[in-house]
Amino acid sequence: MGEVALLLFWPALAGYAEAAVAYAGDTVRPGRLVRYAIWGVRLGWLAQTALLVAQAAGADGFPWGSWAGSLNLFVWMCVGVYLIWGCRAPFRLLGLVVMPLAALLLVLAWAAGGVGEPARSEFGDVFLAFHVGLILAAFAGFTLAAALAALYLWQERRLKRRAAGVLRLRAPSLETLDALTVRTIAVALPALTLGIGIGLARLESESAGFDAIMGVTLLTWVVYAAFLVLRLEAGWRGRRAAYLALAGFALVVLVRVVLTPFAHF
Amino acid sequence: MRLVLVGTSYQRAPVELRELLAYDPELRREALGRLSVEGAEAAVLSTCNRTEVYAVDAEPGALEERIYGELAGLSGLSHSELAPALYSVADEAAALHLFRVAAGLDSMVPGEAQILGQVREAYEAARATETTGPILHRLFRQALRVGKRVRTETAIGENPASVSSAAAELAERVFEGLAGRRILLLGAGKTADLTAANLISRGVGEIVVANRSRERAEALARRLGGRAVGLDAVVEEVALADVVVASTSSQGFVLSGAQVERAMKERRGRPIFFIDIAVPRDLDPAINELEDCYLYDIDDLERVVAESVAGRREEAVRAEAIASEEADAFRAWQLSLDVVPAIASLRARAESIRREELERAERRLASLSPSQRRAVEALTSQIVAKLLHQPTVRLKEAAAAADGVLYADAVRHLFGLGDDADSPRQSRQ
Repeated sequence: MGEVALLLFWPALAGYAEAAVAYAGDTVRPGRLVRYAIWGVRLGWLAQTALLVAQAAGADGFPWGSWAGSLNLFVWMCVGVYLIWGCRAPFRLLGLVVMPLAALLLVLAWAAGGVGEPARSEFGDVFLAFHVGLILAAFAGFTLAAALAALYLWQERRLKRRAAGVLRLRAPSLETLDALTVRTIAVALPALTLGIGIGLARLESESAGFDAIMGVTLLTWVVYAAFLVLRLEAGWRGRRAAYLALAGFALVVLVRVVLTPFAHF
Repeated sequence: MRLVLVGTSYQRAPVELRELLAYDPELRREALGRLSVEGAEAAVLSTCNRTEVYAVDAEPGALEERIYGELAGLSGLSHSELAPALYSVADEAAALHLFRVAAGLDSMVPGEAQILGQVREAYEAARATETTGPILHRLFRQALRVGKRVRTETAIGENPASVSSAAAELAERVFEGLAGRRILLLGAGKTADLTAANLISRGVGEIVVANRSRERAEALARRLGGRAVGLDAVVEEVALADVVVASTSSQGFVLSGAQVERAMKERRGRPIFFIDIAVPRDLDPAINELEDCYLYDIDDLERVVAESVAGRREEAVRAEAIASEEADAFRAWQLSLDVVPAIASLRARAESIRREELERAERRLASLSPSQRRAVEALTSQIVAKLLHQPTVRLKEAAAAADGVLYADAVRHLFGLGDDADSPRQSRQ
């Protein structure tokens, strides 16, 4: 099954890479290329779904417990969340951010051995499935929120600069981007809260130590919780809210890319 | 049978002449009746920018003269006075012209959408008076398809071509639609009216008109279905508005950056879009520096429109290729009409022979069960279809290569087929 999964990695990567190139091409010459991009996303995601199924079928326990394995699952979740909006015309530009990132992270997962035969984890399956699954789902949501915030800042800058070509690229309105960023974070934060709660419960039951990942993950939670509180109580929106969403995402990157490779999963 | 187009447009005729050549629905109905004598097909496309007559007849020379006479009669001008303003093309060139028109490639603003509806209206009017036949039916249906295809496959119609539509589209880049939004108009002049009309067409909610002259403000507010306020209430209204359109004739700024900054404190981060189409400007440029404020003056808007029209012209190259490809397809179809009657006769002859032979063998087949009879029917039909497949394909290929008539005559001679009185090129749909 590990070999099948490895074989499926290539069509998944090809789909994502083709989508990234087609999205870039569509900004230069809008028209048919975007259709190829959307099909690239769909087919790549289906191939990666099959890859994950093959890994799960051949695994003895939770298959994505390693850092590279969880990165593989994370990419799948990011693209899955993106698929919900990405195929709608005004959000096509998001593909420019999400798809190259997805292709790059998938290559990273492959290079680190996360797309083949899964490694046996020392932790319980149920604990890992919930803890890792919820935290990765939340991080996927935060990644999309960051892409929306980046698109907001880009679009806002173009409108402020009054560029002659401001209408040439189809992009969602600032209000739409702002509202979607909030909604995405509002959905992702409860998942992160639950994931952290399960982790803390295990920590207490096993009297394990507190490490840097846990610290930064909690800080991430604080930033996104502050985002929602400031939105509701102080009316934070627009540029300030977008910067805060990006600050939270910087912590997500710190946890996923810098700290996790050296930790227990 | 030839397709002929005679017409004029803004490129050839000034508005004074176009006015004389404009058809209203009643005049068009009468003209179609006159043009379609002796079974000719006819359709008239009449807009503010063009009048074009499309007609099909066996004698194109006489038909062309009839159209010239019709247009001369309508305008009251002599043939020689009218001739320099008219263009006349036939067959593939006429089809290509209509496809370009439907795609908006022949319009003043490339890609404008209104023309497609006008082409549809011309087609519907001709159908209603029963002056369309197979050729015009196919031509107009294909033209409508070309118009849709060009707008789907290219971005020719996506960006605005006027200052008021550019302003409205820019506002839609800030807000999630304009439905229900509050618009504040500073000034009650014609330009404010025009921009407001564009915003209203996008479903804005409340309209507030502020003007130095209260009477004019109230008159415009009444017409737009809004309410009027004095200029002294502007800062309070800015705090509530989503879009501000300024077009007063004031010599100084009507709204300063400091005033807007004060109003923004009450908005809790809600964005606001300012459109300043006044010269001299009404709105302090410092407004654009404030957070959540977006200000476009007339120069900014004109730059956006110029860029947008340039973009449309770039897309027009791709649209031209689509129109040209469709004109080739129309030509191939038109040529295939030369051989269609021969193919139909050949198939009818083969089918009649098959039926006759089956009837002749009736006594010998009487002992067959129903399923065995069905098998014999299917077998004989398949033999006929297979035998005729290759000649049919070859005849159509020959038609596309322009010697279809020779082949059609050869087929008629070899198989002893009669004349094709019910040719589809002669019958009306």
